[in-house]
Amino acid sequence: MDISTLFPAGMAHYALGGLLIGAGVGVLYLLTGQVGGMSGVFSAVWSYVSRLPYFQRAQFTATRQWRLLYALGLIIGAALWLMFNHGETVTTHIPWWQLAIGGFIGGYGARLGNGCTSGHGVCGLASFSGYSLLAVMVFLATAIVTAHVVSALGGA
Amino acid sequence: MNNRILYAAAVVLSGALFGFGLALSTMIKPEVVLNFLRFRDFGLLLVLGGAVMMAMLAYQSIPRLMKRPLLNNGFAQRPTATLKNTLVGSALFGIGWGLCGVCPGPAIAGLGAGNWPLAITVVAMLLGAYVQGRFARVA
Repeated sequence: MDISTLFPAGMAHYALGGLLIGAGVGVLYLLTGQVGGMSGVFSAVWSYVSRLPYFQRAQFTATRQWRLLYALGLIIGAALWLMFNHGETVTTHIPWWQLAIGGFIGGYGARLGNGCTSGHGVCGLASFSGYSLLAVMVFLATAIVTAHVVSALGGA
Repeated sequence: MNNRILYAAAVVLSGALFGFGLALSTMIKPEVVLNFLRFRDFGLLLVLGGAVMMAMLAYQSIPRLMKRPLLNNGFAQRPTATLKNTLVGSALFGIGWGLCGVCPGPAIAGLGAGNWPLAITVVAMLLGAYVQGRFARVA
């Protein structure tokens, strides 16, 4: 089998993008010592507005500033890429209800399991965490099943 | 320069590398992620592999070479959930990911590349995170 059939859109931009993502995580660790998963910011920002004891723990109050700046950096990085891409914006044709329900369940689950594709997937695997390896196998499995079911039901 | 400004700049720079990588690797397009989940394009494995390789290099070597990070007093540890929450949370996270095609990073980064519909996902993720915290048992 020709390997290029597995990568109909090419391979270089995937690999290079992945190296840059890992470089971002690495530079963050080198300079600040922080572990740069992404889902944490979604809980941490609630510590600014909610008095619930859960959100007022140091895990969130002590990290909300850098997590917000990290998210801001994410937007800036993608905007820089857009400039290199001659301003050709990206858009998606996934129906709004899939974006909404998927986001809600995904946000809830990532926070319950304390990590997403970057927290467990990149940071967790890179630090040889057994729980993270387990998390990655579980979320890959349920995501694959979900995407196939949605597809079979005629969804996007 | 003020230390706090330097620290903030370091965080933004790291995030920008991350975000540029997400955009370059087209992870900010849910269609590309869904194509991976449906076995039509295995590019996501290259993204994950490249990212883990670089992060591993940093996590495994830096604490052995330096007593502390350049702009802080110590290296942080990832907080962990219980085994049950890790399993249930990850299973739910996967269902959500398979529905919308973006995880937290790409949803945020997509906004920088003008993928406005992803704002729906970002808001929904915020609500999901709130509900999780609202009903979480505080130890």
